[in-house]
Amino acid sequence: MSTLNLIEAINQALAYELTNDSSVVVFGEDVGINGGVFRATTGLQMQFGKERVFDTPLAENMIAGLAIGMATQGLKPVAEIQFMGFIYAAVDQIISHASRLRNRTRGRLTCPLVIRTPFGAGIHAPEHHSESTEALFAHIPGLRVVVPSSPARAYGLLLAAIRDEDPVIFLEPTRLYRLGKQEILNTGEALPLDLCFVLRQGRDVTLVSWGAMIHETLKTAEYLSTVGIEAEVIDVATLKPLDINTILNSVEKTGRCVIIHEATKACGVGAEIAAQLAEFGLTYLLAPIQRVTAFDVIVPLSRLEHYYLPTEDRITQAVKKVMEFT
Amino acid sequence: MEKSVRIVAEFKVNCTQFLDVNGSLVQDLPDFLQDQKKIIEFYCAMAELREFDAIAIALQRTGKIGTYPSTLGQEAISIGIGAAMEPEDIFCPYYRDCGAQFWRGVKMSEILLYWGGDERGSNFSGNKQDFPLCVPVASQVLHAVGVANAIKLKKESKVVVTVVGDGGTSRGDFYEAINLAGVWQLPVVFVINNNQWAISVPRSEQTMATTLAQKGIAAGIDNEQVDGNDVIAVCYSIRKAVEKARNRQGPTLIEALSYRLSDHTTADDAKRYRNIEELQKQRLADPLLRLHQYLISKHLWNEKEEVELKNKVTNKVESAVEEYLNINSENALAMFDYLYAKLPAALASQREECLRLFGES
Repeated sequence: MSTLNLIEAINQALAYELTNDSSVVVFGEDVGINGGVFRATTGLQMQFGKERVFDTPLAENMIAGLAIGMATQGLKPVAEIQFMGFIYAAVDQIISHASRLRNRTRGRLTCPLVIRTPFGAGIHAPEHHSESTEALFAHIPGLRVVVPSSPARAYGLLLAAIRDEDPVIFLEPTRLYRLGKQEILNTGEALPLDLCFVLRQGRDVTLVSWGAMIHETLKTAEYLSTVGIEAEVIDVATLKPLDINTILNSVEKTGRCVIIHEATKACGVGAEIAAQLAEFGLTYLLAPIQRVTAFDVIVPLSRLEHYYLPTEDRITQAVKKVMEFT
Repeated sequence: MEKSVRIVAEFKVNCTQFLDVNGSLVQDLPDFLQDQKKIIEFYCAMAELREFDAIAIALQRTGKIGTYPSTLGQEAISIGIGAAMEPEDIFCPYYRDCGAQFWRGVKMSEILLYWGGDERGSNFSGNKQDFPLCVPVASQVLHAVGVANAIKLKKESKVVVTVVGDGGTSRGDFYEAINLAGVWQLPVVFVINNNQWAISVPRSEQTMATTLAQKGIAAGIDNEQVDGNDVIAVCYSIRKAVEKARNRQGPTLIEALSYRLSDHTTADDAKRYRNIEELQKQRLADPLLRLHQYLISKHLWNEKEEVELKNKVTNKVESAVEEYLNINSENALAMFDYLYAKLPAALASQREECLRLFGES
């Protein structure tokens, strides 16, 4: 057992899978000798060689197209896009091909690949380095969108993503990379995809979140407990396809729901969750669903970043609103 | 030249031709065509493709298939590619390559099925690893380098051939792919079908580059032009490039010069942007006409054989059409059943709704 932060957990999962599945290949910009700009792939090229872990020329759409071609040949590409703000160049290959190849060939050619990318704000990064545009991909049939929120879930979900037979967009919250450590057994045990994780039980209100905001959500739940409100905390983890049942079951119990995400509000994944709650669980609700999200503005540079990101205080206010609703 | 300036790089672009526009040999036949039966085989395949094309357009005009991109005038490129590849090689075509696909074992009924609006047309016969034809321009060129890199990593002896149009060479995908193929020395052959028109935009408005072949120079890969209306030249150059790639001597970019004698697709009307004189002039360079003249002049072909061929291809295309028209549509659930390896739980209720609405037939 080792005590790892999230980035080390990613590294360990990659190493485990490279060791145990000879079809796994890891590539991207600066992932070789440099070990990735966040060090997710550190040491892997040395350990597994340049045919398994390699740098590519600097072209994101090429990285995605390359991964698609390789995936059709029985390899399991795990490609890194250096930051989510640079993934847009690759969107054509991801949406027009990776997500569609199985369907358009009626299963003849498939695309078992993972595209990992750091995402989210809160680390005072330069422009275009703080994007949280998971909804773009969650909209696309044929893709999976997976977001870990702790080192152990990063390890287990990345293993699951690599072993999955379809393309997975794996979004790693940069703010959590080095935020805390967890003990992880390196047994290669994957966590389930397509399922939410209930991180905290509670009877009064359901807090739904994913990625870095899980951190603020859990802290808020601890605070709320001190004032007599017991919040259930759900980590959605797989944004596409969405496990609404776990959320519905919780809201049936609590009657109240607050959705927290770092991405902007309009057409965010929170809107989809709220819509499905209204569709299938309206009668459970004792108060209107609340969303605590970034404002619908462009993610600011570092000086205004803390105004942009949802805070524990905003989550608390939203919970109080649903608790006091009559 | 100024004394302080020295030349650090220079380039030239070769163009290969065997048959001129009149069907006369301008150089000796290549070794692999010493047995001229092979050339007759090319001719028959090209004639078959032309018949297929005419019938496909007729099917579109009568509402039996959807929008269809004609291959008229592109027969030498398509058949030349097909004949230059081994069955185990992998093909990443664009959307005007069905001649090469037929050569590789894809059935005419399958291509009709695809343009007739049925995904099963891309689950075709022949090499099961070949990519389906690709609609987003030039995006297939990146798949080709991905496949080629997998072949390289797995130390297999296969080669990938991919095709892109002249307009497609303006896209980043194309530049990114040839760049990667060069720096990683991948076993891939890039063929540019330069038919002079990207829908309504002529080649001259795509780039100031004198040739499209020279784009390979910036990527550090070998390049050449061929007369794309001369099936012998096309097949010769691609064969050479394929063998080079198989021997791990690097990728090649080949620009095949041709002309789109048709509209872009059945949804297009080239009269809006292209003058008829240009088209009439280009008709004289027709790849099929040229090969016919050659075969006749060498007494390798006669009018009786021409009539027999015409009957044969008519029957073949007719039976393909009949086969296609007899294929029933999939049921609505097929929309769900190939989306993921296993249907996610989140989609179960929508699939059930679909079943309830539309049933299983």
